[in-house]
Amino acid sequence: MSESVLTSEKGIGRSPAERHRPKGDGMRGFMSSSRSDYVILAIFALAVLTMPVWLAPIGAGYPDILQKFAIFGIFALGFNILFGFSGYLSFGHAAFLGTGSYAAVWMFKLLSMNALIAVVFAIVVAGIFALLIGYVSLRRSGIYFSILTLAFAQMSYNLAYSVLTPITNGETGLQTSRSDPRILDTMMGADPHILRTPDFFGIALQGWPGFYFCAILLILAFFVTMRIKNSTFGLMLFAIKSNQNRMNYTGFSTRPYLLAAFVISGMYAGLAGGLLAVTDPLAGADRMQWTASGEVVLMTILGGVGTLLGPVIGAAVMKYLEQIFSSFNEGFLHRSFDFLPTGLQDFVVTIVSPFVGEGWHLTLGLLFMIVVIFLPGGIMEGIAHLTRRFRKGETGGSGQTARTGH
Amino acid sequence: MTNDILSISGVGKRFGGLRALDDVNLNVRQGSVHAIIGPNGAGKSTLLNCLVGRIIPDEGSVTFDGGSLLGHSPHQINQAGIARVFQTPEIFGELSVMENVMIPAFARKDGAFRINAWARARERRAVREEAEHILDDLNLWEQRDQIVNSMSRGDKRRLELAMCLVQHPKLLLLDEPTAGMSRADTNNTVDLLKKIAERGITKVIIEHDMHVVFSLAETVSVMAQGTVIAEGTPEQIKASDKVQEAYLGGAHL
Ligand SMILES: Nc1ncnc2c1ncn2[C@@H]1O[C@H](COP(=O)(O)OP(=O)(O)OP(=O)(O)O)[C@@H](O)[C@H]1O
Ligand SMILES: [Mg+2]
Repeated sequence: MSESVLTSEKGIGRSPAERHRPKGDGMRGFMSSSRSDYVILAIFALAVLTMPVWLAPIGAGYPDILQKFAIFGIFALGFNILFGFSGYLSFGHAAFLGTGSYAAVWMFKLLSMNALIAVVFAIVVAGIFALLIGYVSLRRSGIYFSILTLAFAQMSYNLAYSVLTPITNGETGLQTSRSDPRILDTMMGADPHILRTPDFFGIALQGWPGFYFCAILLILAFFVTMRIKNSTFGLMLFAIKSNQNRMNYTGFSTRPYLLAAFVISGMYAGLAGGLLAVTDPLAGADRMQWTASGEVVLMTILGGVGTLLGPVIGAAVMKYLEQIFSSFNEGFLHRSFDFLPTGLQDFVVTIVSPFVGEGWHLTLGLLFMIVVIFLPGGIMEGIAHLTRRFRKGETGGSGQTARTGH
Repeated sequence: MTNDILSISGVGKRFGGLRALDDVNLNVRQGSVHAIIGPNGAGKSTLLNCLVGRIIPDEGSVTFDGGSLLGHSPHQINQAGIARVFQTPEIFGELSVMENVMIPAFARKDGAFRINAWARARERRAVREEAEHILDDLNLWEQRDQIVNSMSRGDKRRLELAMCLVQHPKLLLLDEPTAGMSRADTNNTVDLLKKIAERGITKVIIEHDMHVVFSLAETVSVMAQGTVIAEGTPEQIKASDKVQEAYLGGAHL
């Protein structure tokens, strides 16, 4: 099948790989087998499932925050499929997060408290919504694309407060109530008038079970992302990011590829939104606000755009810092700095207090600036620097694939 | 003529007040090597842009392999069998050499759009072998894992040629394929292009290097100020007064 373009004088039937490769696998990095994928997946799964243990020392060993890590990890993973792989920066992904939440709560109201049904529905609805928004937004690229997505998300946000109040319940937010039909649950003999929490076939998803439910979905989402990244589809997305013109002159219709990436990442956002509703069955329009869209951009950049693990780390770091800094108040600061003389103590507290509590976004802004200026590749780049330093002198070439290596 | 793979007739294009192309007529015979020469700004690249769908001509017609090219998008034109090497390499700078060559091979195998989000790209055997052969033929094998941005200019041009050849195009458009290459690289490229000619790929080549033109082309068209002023065999062109004038009288050479 694959004959040479030139009349081959070099022996028929042997591929260049066979001819050149002396012994063993000379194509390090390039040919990294699917086995190494499973090793990465296993390590990732282990790390995620044992988070309650190894994150306890820094005060993050409780389910509420850990499930936030997982949920926003999923959100960022999906966002990265669009932004990181194909280079299209959406500023409206919170619309899909919010849609997912609404869809899930509606399932809790109409059908069942089973989280699986809610989550699947959230993914489907967000996917359809993403198809519509993506179809229009992808008529443009670059900054115009970003603006279009932002506009759509803000429109959704406003509609949720106005025209769509029958679906969204406006400012109050959508929640479950005793009068909901919950058809499936009633059919199964449950009393619809007793308000229950979302469950997974009988396991109430509160506390630790809630976290593990999210964690397993995060691991699944990670696995799917990994497959996409290494797939032909993933390669096409990276190629579009690198040179969309060349893609066109190479015979590819690039827009369908981008739309597919957009929809997939919208579905991830829908899943994340659905999970937010699972852990707390309440959906509000504020989830769709542009700040929420901006947040996932920051998470992805903070962790490392286009890398596999970066967005998950970025999401966790951001949610952790948010938790820490927003919980500080002046009283806490005074206690922390009470080793200083009173005058100096007041001074330090005055300086520091705008950065904590409500003002933690200032800290976030600073952190973001530092990362973008000193580590444009995000936390993953930092990690790569460190490992290279440790391994210095061991081998010349890096074993990383072409795309993660910059 | 029935064995013309490409016929351009009456093509014109204006950029504001500038007539970049003015009633261009050009026929390329199936299987031939057709060179286009001419001073800077003559409209050579603009003509190629009309062929690949980057620019839509204001007037005229372009027929390739029995069908019109006008009104088709670049990816459709490529799928119809036209591949192009650009004057400044259009390649995937952040990806590896191997990936750069596999991508066009995928376009040939899978068409303009196909989602294959599960199987590993690198394990598509047919595509990989095709890419490996081309890399081998173009002496890029040793660099297959290198990131393209870190390659020399000459190597980038060779890579772009590889990306076109891996598609087995019916018509290959080359816009100054040896510009920026060393003498040795230029000679290698000429040898290579001669070999491809044996395989029957029709080529249109824009070139400033007369040594390259006269050692490759069977037909030479001379462009100046947006139109074809002469056409003939290399010998005829060399002897033509009109051509001498276009070059010597032109402001650029
Ligand atoms: N997109 C464009 N917009 C405006 N003017 C253009 C455009 N493309 C080309 N031109 C102009 O058209 C004329 C022909 O340009 P073209 O690139 O086709 O020349 P060329 O023969 O390829 O020259 P060179 O040998 O320098 O590559 C030039 O004057 C150029 O400035
Ligand atoms: Mg030119």
